[in-house]
Amino acid sequence: MHSALQPVGPRAELIADLMLLFFAVSAVVYVIVIAFLVWAIMRARERAVQLGPAATAQADRKSKVAVGVGAALTVLTLAGLAASDFIVGAILRQPPADPLRVLVTGHQFWWEIEYDDPVPGNRLRTANELHIPVGRPVQLIFTSRDVIHSFWIPSAMGKMDLIPGRTTNEIIQVSQPGTFTGQCAEFCGFQHSKMRLTLHARPAEEFDAWRQRQLAPAREPQTQEARRGQQVFMQSSCILCHSVQGTAAAATVAPDLTHIASRRTIAAGSLPNTPSALASWVLDPQRIKPGSRMPASRLPPDDLSALVAYLTSLQ
Amino acid sequence: MCSRSSEPRERATAALLSPYRAGVASVVVVMLLLCACEREERQFSAQGGSSPSAASMAPASITLSDLQPGVSTQARRGERELEVNAFSISEGQRLYEWFNCNGCHANGGGAIGPALMDDVWIYGSAPANIYATIVQGRPNGMPSFRGRIPEQQVWQIVAYVRSLSGQARKDAMPSRTDSMQVKPRQVALPREEPKSSAPPSGNQP
Repeated sequence: MHSALQPVGPRAELIADLMLLFFAVSAVVYVIVIAFLVWAIMRARERAVQLGPAATAQADRKSKVAVGVGAALTVLTLAGLAASDFIVGAILRQPPADPLRVLVTGHQFWWEIEYDDPVPGNRLRTANELHIPVGRPVQLIFTSRDVIHSFWIPSAMGKMDLIPGRTTNEIIQVSQPGTFTGQCAEFCGFQHSKMRLTLHARPAEEFDAWRQRQLAPAREPQTQEARRGQQVFMQSSCILCHSVQGTAAAATVAPDLTHIASRRTIAAGSLPNTPSALASWVLDPQRIKPGSRMPASRLPPDDLSALVAYLTSLQ
Repeated sequence: MCSRSSEPRERATAALLSPYRAGVASVVVVMLLLCACEREERQFSAQGGSSPSAASMAPASITLSDLQPGVSTQARRGERELEVNAFSISEGQRLYEWFNCNGCHANGGGAIGPALMDDVWIYGSAPANIYATIVQGRPNGMPSFRGRIPEQQVWQIVAYVRSLSGQARKDAMPSRTDSMQVKPRQVALPREEPKSSAPPSGNQP
């Protein structure tokens, strides 16, 4: 599920068709050119000695015609390809009627995803997981906080650059439910390769239910250990960068952790979201993702397990 | 005869070639030597960092007066490895913004909090003093970041704060800011000679 040749939406299909058209035309041209080359080599060997001055003049005239026809065919083919490219580009640029607006911000090395809503309280921040309803066009509005990144979900869309201080946008539309992987496609630093995301396309009702769940403030810790973990979170370095809605943690430089337990991976697809992976990530992120912005937190073992218990309770 | 005439010619050719050869040789030698240059080391992890330990940075070294016994704290250079490291200063620059130091100190010019790019230091200008100020907090507004900012990052912020008034090495200072340019490049500013100052009257700690 990670190929531009297996498109999952009408727009991606157009791009895939364009790619196939270019490939087919190039392949045909290649075969014709090679065939002519072989033919010319064989023919020259046979006739090199026999040509007189009159024959040469005639051959010149013939080759002029051949070159003219060849050049004309080349121009026509290229013009045709350019036209098909422009047409696909024009179709892709057409704004859809009622898109879902999603703001995507690139960070070293993770994706911030914010669902736009006219009501500020309904704006939803999450990270590294893009959930969209099947069939509805989604307008992704990109920008970057630090360096240039590029957003690419091969089976659903082409690449689009995220440029600091500028916004770019791209429409994405997926016509079948499923999970598709994406990746930063512009070298952005040490951990460029570990800057992944997943696209979850699901039926509209399921998407709305997901959105409502994500909008809810963080679940209050239920167990004694989770309560202790919340204290550790609020009193250590976590709180300076991360936010958990419904608590005092409201920093925005790192991923929102309000519903971290609902995500499948942590650290932008670097690790599965399991308690042990969370613990090793909190303890020493630089061992797993050297150069990432998260510092090591030297927590005593019982504090660490309490913190992990708290984080895994944030459904 | 023949040999005698060819000798000066050879010497002339050698004279013509030798500066060229010497140039090529010196370029090759310089390139070879450059290969041996060590890249500046980036400390991503706090483990084995070059930062001095918190224990040695006791708050005792905070001076509120120019008068002090023994050697001046200004003379202690051993704690300043981070200030010759461009990576740690630029990380400090990023963290300065991340942890909202600029919320009070602006871009060094000061706002609610005192200016950091001038020569006036209320709680001491040595790295240890600045470390203690960040970690412990100070009266009238400076919060304590103890336990919030990891030790290594505090040292990086210290390096950046000192570079604001030109205390760091020019070749290690960041040559541009991460955000909009609001002041001249740090490297273009003169080095301020730090001097101590009492807190504003009525605000004595």
